[in-house]
Amino acid sequence: MREHTLQVNHLQIAFRTGNGLVQAVRDISFRLEKGRTLAIVGESGSGKSVTSRAIMGLLAPNAVVEGGEILYKGKDLLKMSEKELCKLRGDKIAMIFQDPMSALDPIMPIGKQIAEAMVINGKLSPADAKNKALRLMEEVGIRNAKSRYGKYPFEFSGGMRQRIVIAIALAADPEILICDEPTTALDVTIQAQILELINKLKEERHLSVIFITHDLGVVANVADDIAVMYAGKIVERGTAEDIFYDPRHPYTWALLTAMPDLETTGKLQAIPGAPPNMLHPPAGDAFAPRNPYAMEIDFEEQPPMFEISPTHAAATWLLHPNAPKVALPKALAARIERMGQIGG
Amino acid sequence: MLEVRHFTQVFGKFKAVDDISFSVKKGEVFGLVGESGCGKTTTGRAIVGLQPVTEGKILFAGKPIRKKHPTTQIQMIFQDPMASLDGRMTVREIIAEGLRIKGIKDRKILDEKVYEMMALVGLSREQASRYPHEFSGGQRQRIGIARALIMEPKLLIADEPVSALDVSIQAQVINLLQDLKEKLGLTVLFIAHDLSVVKYFSDRIGVMYMGKLVELAESEELFQNPLHPYTKSLLSAVPIPDPRREKNRVRIPYEPACSDPAAAFREVTPGRWVMS
Repeated sequence: MREHTLQVNHLQIAFRTGNGLVQAVRDISFRLEKGRTLAIVGESGSGKSVTSRAIMGLLAPNAVVEGGEILYKGKDLLKMSEKELCKLRGDKIAMIFQDPMSALDPIMPIGKQIAEAMVINGKLSPADAKNKALRLMEEVGIRNAKSRYGKYPFEFSGGMRQRIVIAIALAADPEILICDEPTTALDVTIQAQILELINKLKEERHLSVIFITHDLGVVANVADDIAVMYAGKIVERGTAEDIFYDPRHPYTWALLTAMPDLETTGKLQAIPGAPPNMLHPPAGDAFAPRNPYAMEIDFEEQPPMFEISPTHAAATWLLHPNAPKVALPKALAARIERMGQIGG
Repeated sequence: MLEVRHFTQVFGKFKAVDDISFSVKKGEVFGLVGESGCGKTTTGRAIVGLQPVTEGKILFAGKPIRKKHPTTQIQMIFQDPMASLDGRMTVREIIAEGLRIKGIKDRKILDEKVYEMMALVGLSREQASRYPHEFSGGQRQRIGIARALIMEPKLLIADEPVSALDVSIQAQVINLLQDLKEKLGLTVLFIAHDLSVVKYFSDRIGVMYMGKLVELAESEELFQNPLHPYTKSLLSAVPIPDPRREKNRVRIPYEPACSDPAAAFREVTPGRWVMS
């Protein structure tokens, strides 16, 4: 069994709103394995960002953790004091966000922003911190670091800003890096560069990465392991190979066929309807009303996680031994066949 | 149907679009791709007449587009459906507004037309008296499409119509646009940065880079055989939902410094244009 750095058990998070409690995360469990990238995939409102924020202790004030634990080296992050958490956040777990501009101070030179935390933590003298900041800038691909140390965020492009944010995140040499849609706001050629950078840093620094995204192309690029979320639950988890070449949950099927790839012709298999209202989560499988393969039990009872292999599990009644055998949708089978030919 | 000739757009000292020419044929979907700041949206806005053209000509059905007398035969749908719908108007008012401005006052005719459009884009007539905030992103985009179609446009300009939507909703809207195109015989200028979606939807594609059109080809041809180094770089950067392929991907960087300043947009084979 692989070594894991972070373990989430039965996490439940709700948000207090004027209309009642919105169930954002409903009993999810997963493991982040050392030196690997776990991609959490889902649409807006699936609970993927809330999960990552809970790990960082950055939940909004109206959030209520209703249960579960987040274990890091045997300690539950949810039970830590703000002071302990603060230390851990700067030190062992770092996070980067979608919009680099909002993560940066617009009126502070970027070099100083990278060095700042190292000085505040009392780890390094200002001179040493500056040297380390310069090294970090080179590491994340900001050339001529010395001459750009004193420049301000507005003097950089979006891609360069994201590199600066990554340098800040790396300042304390974290073990875990959480990336929340870090390339969604970037152009595709810049996105490719940032993904390359994150993959390179992961290898060189043996980072464990949680990568949150809705883009399956990006997932295919970065992920070793994948958790697919829908309506606050993990509906399927497995290695990248499991999820892309042997998907089992109808929602994963739908996601994989909903968007055209460069070879798609003919009508798209759109997913009908919209995600459920999480003020009143459905009793059964939340995807059932949009699922053409749904059985009666899907509307009545929450499916448990059925294990397919030691790495692969999915929460769908279709995997119950008594369920009828359902063939993969044609379009998806064709796509997987095509992928096998090109990739295999 | 649409002809853009040596179109240049300058904002202050900044040249957003630099001498581009292309034409869109009746009934086709013409895709315009490029990264942010390449001038694709500016081009779309100039065609609808939202800004005066600095230089060059834009002809629609043989006549120049003027800001003062915009034609209702060109309609636009936008990226962010919430920002492009007035939050204080009901869906009925939003969809009917164009016709009302055109001088149709009869409530009954307006209502009928609104219901017809709502049915066309997959909304129910009961939703007509609701406000935009009561709808999901995908439904709002449908409202935007209904508002455009009620004017019976000949040319529809779709500026990133699905990029703000969730994956499962994107496919619904793409399918809707595809159906409408066939049903109504629309000509579409499709502006987007997502190359998979553009390829899927477009007959021909123009690639823009830094205000210039660098390549123009039939959709299939462009992806099979890109000629301009920027197009090659762009295509090599598209992430593909296939891990084995992604892990072995080779990104081709583009060095604009190497490009020839004397380059011109030339037709290399019939219908195939490249900046070289």
